Amino acid sequence: MSDITQNLDSDPQPKRRSRFRATLVRDRKAQAGLAVLLLFVIGAIFAPLLAPFDPNEMTLDMMSGLSWTHPLGTDDLGRDLLSRILHGTRVSLFIGVSTVGIALAIGIALGLVAGYFGGWLDLIIMRYIDLQWAFPNFIIAVYLVAVFGTGLLNVIVALSLAFVDDFARVARSMTLSLREEQYVDAARTLGFSKARTLFIHILPNAVAPIIVQATVSVSYAILGEASLSFLGLGVDAYTPTWGLILADGRGFITQAWWLGVFPGLAIMLVVLAINFVGDWLRDALDVRQAVEG
Amino acid sequence: MAPVASYMLRRLIGSIIVMWAVATLVFFMLRLVPGDPVAAMLADAGGPDEIEAMKRSLGLDRSVFVQYVIWFQNMLQGDLGSSIYGSRAAVTDVLTQAIPRTLSLSLLAFVIALVIALPAGILSATRRNSATDTTVSLLAFLGLSMPDFWLAILLIIVFAANLQWLPAIGYVPLAEGVWPWFSHLILPAIAIGTAFSAIIARMIRSSLLEVLKSDYMRTARAKGLTPWMLMFGHALPNAMIPVITVIGIAFALLISGAVVVENVFAIKGLGRVLIEGILNRDYPVVQGAVLVVSAIFVFSNLIVDLLYGVIDPRIRLN
Repeated sequence: MSDITQNLDSDPQPKRRSRFRATLVRDRKAQAGLAVLLLFVIGAIFAPLLAPFDPNEMTLDMMSGLSWTHPLGTDDLGRDLLSRILHGTRVSLFIGVSTVGIALAIGIALGLVAGYFGGWLDLIIMRYIDLQWAFPNFIIAVYLVAVFGTGLLNVIVALSLAFVDDFARVARSMTLSLREEQYVDAARTLGFSKARTLFIHILPNAVAPIIVQATVSVSYAILGEASLSFLGLGVDAYTPTWGLILADGRGFITQAWWLGVFPGLAIMLVVLAINFVGDWLRDALDVRQAVEG
Repeated sequence: MAPVASYMLRRLIGSIIVMWAVATLVFFMLRLVPGDPVAAMLADAGGPDEIEAMKRSLGLDRSVFVQYVIWFQNMLQGDLGSSIYGSRAAVTDVLTQAIPRTLSLSLLAFVIALVIALPAGILSATRRNSATDTTVSLLAFLGLSMPDFWLAILLIIVFAANLQWLPAIGYVPLAEGVWPWFSHLILPAIAIGTAFSAIIARMIRSSLLEVLKSDYMRTARAKGLTPWMLMFGHALPNAMIPVITVIGIAFALLISGAVVVENVFAIKGLGRVLIEGILNRDYPVVQGAVLVVSAIFVFSNLIVDLLYGVIDPRIRLN
C-alpha cells in the first residue's frame, strides 16, 4: 500500500521544470517580463533606500522638470516624483499580490467543494458565482468600496471579493474533470479522507490553470487599485499609489507632462511584464484550453 | 415551441432572474453600511430631527423586508427614489440623462475596437510568425496593459492640449450635430476601446488559425477560390463564433472603462454619476447607477448569447 500511496503522491515536477526552462529560453517576451518584474520587486523592497526623498516631503521646487536632483521631476507641491513612484510600487505590488492571494484561497475552496461534492453545495455555490458573474469585476469593487469605505484594507477586501468567481470557476471545472480520474478513484478506494483526496490529489493537479489565472488576476488587481485610487476611492490620500499620483497630477499635465506620463508608465510596465510572464506560463504549463475554455 | 424560440425564452427568463438577484443584492448590501446609513448620508449636516425626517421620507423607519418590498415595487414602476444631494432630483431622471452618454461612448468605443481588431487579427493570422504578426501581438499586449485613464490623459496631452484638434472635456448630444458629438467622444472612446480591441484581435487571430487548418478550408482552397473569398466567405464567418462570446465577456471592460474614463473627460454618464454618488454619499443614486450598469451588462450578454444561438445551432439545441 505504501508503494501505491507513493505513486499517487508522485511528483510530475521534473518534467514540468524542464518544460519551463525550454519555453523560457525561447520566449524573449517572458525573459523581458521577468527582468522588469524583478526590477520592480527590488524597487518595492528597497524603496526607502533607493528613493532620493521622502515621498510626502514638500519643497519649494514645484513642478520642476527632469533634473539630476529630481530625475522624474516634481509635482505641484514640490514632491519628488521618482520617490513617490518608488513608494507607490510597494503599495501596488502589495495590493496586487494580497488581493489575488485572498481571492485565490476563497475561490479555490469554493471551486473544489462545488466540483467534488456536487449536489446542493454545487448548486448554491454556482448560483452565487453566476450572480457575481452578472457584475463586471471593477463595478463590484467600486460598489463594495462605496459600502465599506475607502482605505487599504477595504480596497484589498473589495478587489479580492470581486475576483473570487474567476478562481472558483477554474477550480470547479478542473475538479469536475479530475474527480473522474483513475488515481482519484484509487485514492477513494484506499480510504483516504475527502480532505486528503481534495488537497493532496486533486488540488496539485489543478494548480497549473490556477497559476495562470492568478498571474492574469494580479495584473487586473493592480489596474483595479490604480483605477480606484485615481477615482479617489483607493488608499488614503497620504499613501502614494500610482493611481493617486496620476489623479493628483491630472490638473497640471498641460504644464508638467511628466506628472501625466511617468506614473502611468510604471503601471503599464509592470502590467505588461506580468502579462508577458502569464503568457509564458500558459505555454509552459499547457493550460490554454483550461483557462480560456 | 420551436427550438429557437424555446432557447430565447429560457435565456430571457434566466437573465430576468439574474437581474432580480442583482437588484436584491444591491438593496441588501447598502444595508450593510457600517453605522447609520442616514447619518452617513447627511454627514455632519444633519441633527437628530433631520435624521428622523429623512428616515421617514426614505421609509427606513419600517422593517427591512417591508422596505425591500416597497423599493422593489417602486423600482418596477421606474421609481428609484430621489437623490439626497444638491437639487434632490429623481434618480430615474439623473440616470435617464446619463444613460445615452454612456451608451454613445460605449458603442463608439465598440466600433473603434472592431475597426482596429478585425484587420489586425486577420493580418496577424494570415501572416503568422512574420514581423506583422509580432508587431500586432506586441501592440495587443501594450493595449491590454495600458490603464484606460492613463491613455485618456495621454490623448488629452497630445490631441487637446498640444495639437488642439479636439476638445479635452465635456459631451454634446447627437441632436446638436454629428461632428460636435463625435469630436467630444472620440478621445474617450479610443481610451476605452484600446484594451477591448487588443482582446478581440488576439481572439480573432487564434480562432482564425484554428479555422484555416480545418478540412473544409482545404476543400475550399482545392476548389480554386480566391484568397478574398476564402477569408470572407468561409474562414472569417466561422472564426467569429468564439469571438462573439468573448465580445460578450469583454463588454464588461467597456462598461468598467466608461466608469473611469467619463471622470477624466467630465462626461456626466453613468460612471461619473456613480462616482459622484459615492463621493457625495448619495446612496439612492449609487444604488440606481449600479443597477443600470449591471442591467446593461446582463442584457448585452443575453444579446450575445442569443446571437450565438442563431449563428451556431448546436448551442440552442443543447
